Amino acid sequence: MIHCILHDAEDTVAVVVVEGVTRGTAMTGWVMDDDRTIALEARQDIPIGHKVALRDMAVGDTVVKYGIDMGKVVAAIRKGEHAHVHNIKTKRW
Amino acid sequence: MTIVNRETTFLGFRRANGRVGVRNHVIVLPLDDLSNAAAEAVAHNIKGALAIPHPYGRLQFGADLELHFRTLIGAGCNPNVAAVVVIGIEDGWTKKVVDGIAATGKPVVGFGIEGHGDHDTIMRASKAAREFVQQASEQQRERCPVDELWVSTKCGESDTTSGCGANPTVGNAFDKLHALGSTLCFGETTELTGGEQIVAARCANDAVRERFMFMFDRYQGVIERHKTSDLSDSQPTKGNIAGGLTTIEEKALGNIQKIGKTCTVDGVLDKAEVPTHPGLWFMDSSSAAAEMVTLCAASGYAVHFFPTGQGNVIGNPILPVIKICANPRTVRLMAEHIDVDTSGLLQREINLDQAGDRLLECMLRTANGRLTAAEALGHREFVLTRLYESA
Repeated sequence: MIHCILHDAEDTVAVVVVEGVTRGTAMTGWVMDDDRTIALEARQDIPIGHKVALRDMAVGDTVVKYGIDMGKVVAAIRKGEHAHVHNIKTKRW
Repeated sequence: MTIVNRETTFLGFRRANGRVGVRNHVIVLPLDDLSNAAAEAVAHNIKGALAIPHPYGRLQFGADLELHFRTLIGAGCNPNVAAVVVIGIEDGWTKKVVDGIAATGKPVVGFGIEGHGDHDTIMRASKAAREFVQQASEQQRERCPVDELWVSTKCGESDTTSGCGANPTVGNAFDKLHALGSTLCFGETTELTGGEQIVAARCANDAVRERFMFMFDRYQGVIERHKTSDLSDSQPTKGNIAGGLTTIEEKALGNIQKIGKTCTVDGVLDKAEVPTHPGLWFMDSSSAAAEMVTLCAASGYAVHFFPTGQGNVIGNPILPVIKICANPRTVRLMAEHIDVDTSGLLQREINLDQAGDRLLECMLRTANGRLTAAEALGHREFVLTRLYESA
């Protein structure tokens, strides 16, 4: 089963594509660009459609999705944690 | 190995001006709102004639009027149209639309209602439409190279699966078509916000880049002038956030997946302008589905790729709209609207290359004559873009 998808090998977050991902779930992530998989463990419950962090990130770090800057870290995130509006903000507004 | 290459062909209708269409519509085109009743009566009389009613055309002026004419003339010129009957309240503007369409060499005739009334106009226009329909019914499809098929795209009712599955599928297909020298189009100016520099970086040269940024900044100016505080709270929307989208950049990046990885942006169009050479064109346009697809029809595109997440049901009377969806729930609950199911992408049952080929296969079948879901369901949304209020 694929639990999460990342577009680009450089992405620092992946989208959860199944329901029922909870703390401790052993996840398989699919890197679409080069058609291979990675493994990681969920540290928190993460709803379908939401993102999981693929590495530890500090405040001020750039979040990468699609291989591109999608915003900045505003609260430290550890690999496997839920990455969303509580710890990521736009650089625009 | 993709399913499209330089030897790939489809069965299309070649028009007098050399363009190739995939439908053979005889349309009854009202110049204005007042002429809808007569146009619909003609289409009722003559089986195979298609009325295209719309709500505008009186007391527009300036750039808004120019866009009105450009859209109607462009719709008539579209290669999916075999012949056109134009009906307007008066002769002057009616003739302007007729003359614009006649430049393609296709059969077109116009009728003004004033001085005749609906009955007489409907009778004369029905006689013309009957002749056009019979002529069109004899026209045969012929083999045409795939790069002569003009393809546009715009997504709608997007969710996180759009950026993961449906939009990259379109991008993969666009990369393959662009490599063959096809004429392609994308737009949705406001929904590039946050990703405009990515599009700018993909522009083929500085002249294209400057023109793109001019269009982008012009639309931002419109929003700045008219927005309320609500608009700044709406990107991403609360629904987007609930669905997992975090920032405007992320939303725009999902949208931009439709232009693939290798396509360059080769030209920029104002609304309803016609491309002058092959390649991928950016068209300044609203992100509202029916408005944008209508503009693509007016620009001369023959097939449209429409990725959706939550299930937009849009169609167009002239331009066949192919729906692509990667959300397994939408594919299950709204199956009658979806032409290409790429939900297998999210479980790695298929890869992006296979998903792109699945869409291209559907494109070729649609070009050869297979009706899209929206066509079979009778979706004919023809929506004119207005720039400002009438005089």
